[in-house]
Amino acid sequence: MRRIFIQCAAAGLALTAITGVTAQTKGGGQTVRIAFMDPLSGPFAAVGQNIQRHFQLAAEIVNKKELAGPGVKFEIVPFDNKGSPQESLTLLRSLIDQKIQYVTQGNGSHVAIPLADAIAKHNERNPGQAIVFLNYAAVDPDLTNSKCSFWHFRFDANTDMKMEAITEYMKGRPEIKSVYLLNQNYSHGQQVTRVAKELLGRKRPDIKIVGEDLHPLGQVRDFSPYIAKVRASGADTVITGNWGTDLTLLIRAARDAGLNVNFYTYYAGVIGTPTAMGAAGAELVRQVSYWHPNIEKYPAEDLYTEFKKKHNEEWYTLASYTSMTMLAEAIKRAKSAEPLRVAYTMEGLKMPSIMGEIEMRATDHQLQQPLFVSVWTKAGGEVKHDSEKTGYGFKTVRAIPTYVASQPTSCTMQRPPKP
Amino acid sequence: MTFDFFLVQLLNGISYGLLLFMLASGLTLIFSMMGVLNFAHASFYMIGAYFAYQISRWVGFWPALILAPLAVGVLGAVVERFGLRRVHKWGHVPELLFTFGLSYIIVELVQVIWGRAAVPYSVPAELDGPIAWLQRLGLTFPKYRAFMMAVAVLMLVSTWLLLTRTRIGLVIQASLTHPQQVEALGHNVPRVLMGVFGAGCALAGLAGVIGGNAFVTEPGMAGAVGAIVFVVIVFGGMGSLSGAFIASLLLGLVDAFGKTSDASIGGLLRWFGTTVDPQTFGYAVWKLTLAQVAPVLPFLLLVLILIFRPKGLMGTRED
Repeated sequence: MRRIFIQCAAAGLALTAITGVTAQTKGGGQTVRIAFMDPLSGPFAAVGQNIQRHFQLAAEIVNKKELAGPGVKFEIVPFDNKGSPQESLTLLRSLIDQKIQYVTQGNGSHVAIPLADAIAKHNERNPGQAIVFLNYAAVDPDLTNSKCSFWHFRFDANTDMKMEAITEYMKGRPEIKSVYLLNQNYSHGQQVTRVAKELLGRKRPDIKIVGEDLHPLGQVRDFSPYIAKVRASGADTVITGNWGTDLTLLIRAARDAGLNVNFYTYYAGVIGTPTAMGAAGAELVRQVSYWHPNIEKYPAEDLYTEFKKKHNEEWYTLASYTSMTMLAEAIKRAKSAEPLRVAYTMEGLKMPSIMGEIEMRATDHQLQQPLFVSVWTKAGGEVKHDSEKTGYGFKTVRAIPTYVASQPTSCTMQRPPKP
Repeated sequence: MTFDFFLVQLLNGISYGLLLFMLASGLTLIFSMMGVLNFAHASFYMIGAYFAYQISRWVGFWPALILAPLAVGVLGAVVERFGLRRVHKWGHVPELLFTFGLSYIIVELVQVIWGRAAVPYSVPAELDGPIAWLQRLGLTFPKYRAFMMAVAVLMLVSTWLLLTRTRIGLVIQASLTHPQQVEALGHNVPRVLMGVFGAGCALAGLAGVIGGNAFVTEPGMAGAVGAIVFVVIVFGGMGSLSGAFIASLLLGLVDAFGKTSDASIGGLLRWFGTTVDPQTFGYAVWKLTLAQVAPVLPFLLLVLILIFRPKGLMGTRED
């Protein structure tokens, strides 16, 4: 009996040793898990689900081309925060328990700000279990100014940068005489209203702001009262930072009511809005973005067409690709996936990208990149790609180089000791 | 506020109010006939929208306008026959809990079948855009809203005619107050009740067909409208159709005019001469405009009516 027991135990130990060894020699492979935290249900589910697919494509490319170094693989782990800050903080706990070290989020700033704060506090109290926050779309300027944090990196141009681009373009449009500001009533929408007034006052003091409105986020289904207000104010232009269903329904209501004013938006390219615009939005809707499908020389065209063919949805969040490739580059240069080392490597990192050279500015962790003001117009010629099968697409009307879009910062960052 | 702005807002408010009434009327009918408060009513609204989306993808919007409410009505009748009737013998609270649980199940089933994101159920091309002849008069009002109003009014009038001028309507009205006598006269009262429940759900389904493409068709739509419908019922008085009518129109107008009003308590105080500026204590509350609090107004009205007149504007039942 004892002999058999010893033999079995020996066999068991040998097996464990063999499998253990083979697991090591299999590639010395390391999987870096990146949590994707965004609404996957609720009013913004379509946006969150679409961008989750963006990130999965970006991770596949990083893995295929070994951009993070030999054997290092990225894995996207989705978390549905239902668009709620409370839910996000609960999920953060779950993230920490699962020992995930990278989290990316973007929809919207009302989640990003408390999340960044919670992550900073956690990292301070648990230095060995740090988490890096890759913000791909929350554009409240505070995150790289008064509320900046060493562990937060922003890959989208912030509200100030985007409004700088729009107002630069508006400087050369004398036909704009009166503006209505319509935004979502949370940090982002309020910031858009604030900076629009500030920059217009500086660059085009002749323009009158004839009205402003802040509506609840993701809750208004019927925008016709707001459209009636815009019409009554006599404005010829509406500036809005609305996104997702809030922009889709706003434009649809404007179309239904036959209101032909100019719309200057941040997010006309986001899923659902091109369909709402259709022919009625032609020559009227403009957006500011870091990318659109018809930029000169068509950068990222292969990614765009591959994604569109596979998922039958538009690919427009270049930040998903930028953030994953920059993370990969930082891991490769640091030769480690340890968050503190990667964070120090990523700040100040300059690298070539699809849009030319980009830099993650060290002072405030804001990515510096060029911006484009584009107009929604009939496809054809330069407008090679139409959006969401509407027959219409975006055409650049002004390219804003990086140094023009760049904004000063008031960030005074507290940094942890260098490893 | 110019006259045409006022007129457009009035029409907006009335069209939204009529949509609410389509929903509330079904709920109030079911309540007055059967004493059951159907928590799943808003879910039948959602099912109506999703059925209409699916049917319009197969055969187009106009057949869907007829078929979807019928399908929802049949579904409602089935729920009554095999679900509610069995629970009925245990009293009102179990019936309530049954419909409450049903509402959750329906939401989850919809997500399983059609996914969690919104579906592209949209207004048909021939109903899109503003009304041409009104535009020539200087007034822009969408064709689809006018269509919504027309359908609601048509449905109302035919329901009223059915209830008061036909024999089946008389049987239904009698079953409300004297079910045993009606049964003694040989009418199949349980079947009548099943028909009423089905008809109430069909009304909700019709509201879904109309409302689903004007607003977004997504799994959250039941929750979004469910709360407002209950406000309408309580405000108008449980069991009263005319009360529900007044309440839904009122709430529609409050919604339309509230959203566009820039009035605030601070503005009112300023009008009386007191200065209200960022230094004033509680400025964050004073500067809130009506437009910013518009979504909360229906619930404020609910609280007020419960304080001052709990049985509602024209309530008939005391319990």
